[in-house]
Amino acid sequence: MVDLILLVSILLVSFAVGYFLILRVPPLLHTPLMSMTNAVSGVTVLGALLLFVTRRTSFEMALGLAAVICATFNVVGGFAITERMLKLFKRRERSP
Amino acid sequence: MNAPGRLVIDLAIILLLIVGVALFRSPRRARAGNLIAAFALLCAALMAFYHERLFAPAAVLIALSLGAGVGYWVAMKVDMVRIPSMVAFQNGAGGLAACLVAFVELSGEAAPLPAANIVGGVLAIAFGAVTFSGSMIATSKLSGILRQTPVKLPGHSILLSGLAVAAVVFGVMSGLSAPASTVFLLGLIAVTLGVGVVFSVRIGGADMPVLISFLNAGTGLAAAFCGVVIQNRFLIVCGALVGASGSILTLAMCRAMNRNLAKVLAGLDARLADVSESFFHTESVPPSEPDDDRSPLDRAAEAMKDAGSVIIVPGYGMALAQAHFDVVKLARDLEEAGKAVCFAIHPVAGRMPGHMNVLLAEADVDYEMLHQMDEINPRFKETDLAIVVGACDVVNPAAINVEGTPISGMPILHVHEASRVVVCNLDDKPGYSGVDNPLYQNPRAILLFDDARASIGRLSEALAAAQNDTTGGV
Repeated sequence: MVDLILLVSILLVSFAVGYFLILRVPPLLHTPLMSMTNAVSGVTVLGALLLFVTRRTSFEMALGLAAVICATFNVVGGFAITERMLKLFKRRERSP
Repeated sequence: MNAPGRLVIDLAIILLLIVGVALFRSPRRARAGNLIAAFALLCAALMAFYHERLFAPAAVLIALSLGAGVGYWVAMKVDMVRIPSMVAFQNGAGGLAACLVAFVELSGEAAPLPAANIVGGVLAIAFGAVTFSGSMIATSKLSGILRQTPVKLPGHSILLSGLAVAAVVFGVMSGLSAPASTVFLLGLIAVTLGVGVVFSVRIGGADMPVLISFLNAGTGLAAAFCGVVIQNRFLIVCGALVGASGSILTLAMCRAMNRNLAKVLAGLDARLADVSESFFHTESVPPSEPDDDRSPLDRAAEAMKDAGSVIIVPGYGMALAQAHFDVVKLARDLEEAGKAVCFAIHPVAGRMPGHMNVLLAEADVDYEMLHQMDEINPRFKETDLAIVVGACDVVNPAAINVEGTPISGMPILHVHEASRVVVCNLDDKPGYSGVDNPLYQNPRAILLFDDARASIGRLSEALAAAQNDTTGGV
């Protein structure tokens, strides 16, 4: 029960912190922001890795490996595409 | 959970992540923010490797490299116009991963789990499956595999409610059976996959930015619940951050359309558009200009030549026609001709939040030239020329003047207040909302109906010719 309360509070606090951080992001950057947070949601790769801490049946291993592949695809692809996008945002040198 | 030392390291990694997100306040720092967030996740993964002994480490490493390699390769290859579809696809992959992890954790032979884990696991499966199938539908719609228009099945709402009820039943049954029965869990997955499909097919066109943000939030929550089932605070924090971000963007998109989230998600529109004729008659129409017999292109060239200030308004049509490079070239030409040029970006222009900004950035436009709606709207009155490129609903004055249409009350870009308007749209058909655009009847509007890229190219040539005429050059 203590665990549950702790976990739920972590959830709520993080949500609140996220809320205030995101409010300050200008609309100009909404696409890269979404792409970056999308990459962060691939953090489930940790969960998938931790599945392998206990001995598993081969069926469970197969599912776990599939989860690892999906999640790393999400994380790496997400950060890479965000980097590509953000590189595009630049200010041109202007003659006065 | 674990030793205090690990808590400190976990907190440090979480702090890094928060710094990364916080840096998204300015375009110059955002790049560092992205890399810092990526670094934080890398640290977290390395920690897991360092602290835990994994069974089958070789297979895990191969899976990691495979996912990373394919993810990176696809991210490097994808065309910027297709970003919304790509983000939806990656999002779906994340949802599927959360669903799989929770399924293995709940159905596994391991010791019976505490109630909190079971609730978290059932929710992770449900959210993961819904966002997976929903994202796949969104990707298919955005990449043209499915039609972008909303699909309404017979008894759509009843079907969706039925599936949702079935999902709750399966979820509760899985929770009550300990260890969770595989049959119930599979039932839950099947039903929630169905929910995702039925839910997403009904949303289309201009509502896609809302759907994408919503699914983004959903994957975040799936990851957070996944963290609850495996008792990992890092997953919970990351998931909640993403959930918050997705929720805010979802609400921002709805606000930008002045629509209720529930209505967008239910595919509900106010009764369909019928901009009554009386509207056109009551509006005081200024007399037509005498030089009407000239071609629209000539009139557009003259309007460009005479203009001191120009605002360009891009819409999804620009993305479809891949005209962004040509539009930016035209902007440069106009600037070189000594005109003040900037871009006006509507919050829901395109198919995901901020889509237009990325495309224009790709075409090498200075981001200081990109202005958001609230900032630019007061300036249309003093502007000589507005050039609309593939945008319809977001510049439709009926949103302000006419009651009872699906877009009534939606904030729009006030291009109709500019002295002249050149419209480079494909045709005079209404936009996604189905509301006729009175702008097309406005005598100050010059209509160039064609592929946006072709029209913009012609405008560039016409501008060059007009400049040469006045300077007496070749």
